[in-house]
Formats: sequence, structure tokens, C-alpha cells
Amino acid sequence: MQQRLKNRLGLLGWLGGGRYGMDRYAYALHRLTGLGILAYFILHIFVTGRRLGGQEQWESTMAFFSTPIFKIGEFLIVLAFAFHAVNGIRLILVELGWLIGKPGVPSFPYSYSTLRHKPLFIVFMVFAAALMIIGGADFYLVLR
Amino acid sequence: MRESRLWFWHILSAVVILVLLGLHMGTMHLSELLHMIGIGSGDPVQSEQVFHRSQQAVYMIIYILLLGTGLFHGLYGLRSIFFELSLSRTLEKLIGGVLAVAGIALFVYGTYVAVLLFQTSGV
Repeated sequence: MQQRLKNRLGLLGWLGGGRYGMDRYAYALHRLTGLGILAYFILHIFVTGRRLGGQEQWESTMAFFSTPIFKIGEFLIVLAFAFHAVNGIRLILVELGWLIGKPGVPSFPYSYSTLRHKPLFIVFMVFAAALMIIGGADFYLVLR
Repeated sequence: MRESRLWFWHILSAVVILVLLGLHMGTMHLSELLHMIGIGSGDPVQSEQVFHRSQQAVYMIIYILLLGTGLFHGLYGLRSIFFELSLSRTLEKLIGGVLAVAGIALFVYGTYVAVLLFQTSGV
């Protein structure tokens, strides 16, 4: 039977990157943004279900959700989506062993996986930031 | 073996979501920018537009596909977070079962809404 190691830190482990550094923080943020998106998605299923009540009910629902607090929440979801999607692509690439170089014989100065992933990580985070800026520009235009 | 298969579906659903949700987010949350460059009408949640989209087969199919893949991806992700916490086998099974039932219930409800609105013209 496969040995199961105990996760001693639990959710607190999300707070510290330790020797895994940025990869570990990206891991925690990926889960946090995923939880936020899932909560929004479930709410979204019920909100879009209000269409069954006809146009008037839909318009009153949209009026309720057009208050600034919900608009800000919606913008946070856009930010979460940008990070989760871009970091998710990075994780798929790493999972498949693409764009992270070929494994080699260890030789001094030793390299390690998180260091080899770093350029890919930086490129993808810049891309996520660009998406967030574009989302922010649209949000500004909506509020204006 | 079962976990590897679920993990494979998790990744595959991510790719589907990336395309469909990318289009959805672009349409719904970049509407003002798109309107500025002459694409779209600027307010995708306006009731006429919402009900017009609801009555088109392509939107209904995309909606149901996104609903299914989104629920699987999200709830499997939530299950993975729980499973990382070194819970007992019994609790893991219970959480897996509850999430599966919740996912199926949400999928049935969302599909019911999409199909009913598609069938009902001029709500």
C-alpha cells in the first residue's frame, strides 16, 4: 500500500514558501483564487437561473448586483481568473515537461527545479499582470 | 489508477475552460474596451441581449459544456485541497461523495435553466 505522509502544517503551510520560494506562493495563490472563483461560479449558477422569472426579474437582479461592492467583487474575480488561468497554463506545461529544459547530470554549481522554472514563471506572471491591467482598464471605463 | 484518470480529466477540463471561459470573460468583462474598438454593443447583461443569447443553440451548448467542465474542475480542485490535509479515509470518502452529489445537483439545475430558456422563445 502507498505510504501517506502527514501534512503537519495544514492550511498554514500556504503562508510560508520555505525553500520552495515563489513556486510555493504561486501554489497557495492558485488554490485561494480557485476557491474564490468556485464560490463565484456557484453563485453565478443561481443568479443566471433568475432568468427563469423573465425579463423583469432579471433586470431587478442585475440592478441589485450593480452596486459598487458587487462591481469591486466582480473585478476581483477578473484578477483571480487572470492569475489562475495563466498560472494553470504554466502548471500544465511543467506537468508535461515542456519549456523547462531537459534533465541533465548534476554538476556544480547545482541547479534545482524551481530555479530552472523561474524564467517560465516570470514570463507567465508578466502575462497575468498584463491581463489584469486590461481588466482594470475595462473596470475603470465601466465605473466612469 | 482512478486518481490518475481524475487528474487527467482535471487537466483536460482546464483546457476546455480556458477556451470557453476566456471567451466568456472577454465578452462579459472587457465589453467596454471591445465596444471602443467597434466590437459588441457595450452592455452584454442587458436583458434583450441576455434572452437573445439564451435562445440560441450554440450558446446553450457552450453554457452546458462550461457548466459541466467548470463544476468538475472546481469541485475536484476543492476535493484536492481537502485531501491534502491528511484526513481519514472515511472523511475523504464522505467529502468526495458530498462534492459529487453537489456537483451533479448544480449541473442538473444549470442544464434545466439553459434548456428551458432555449425552448421558451419570447420569455
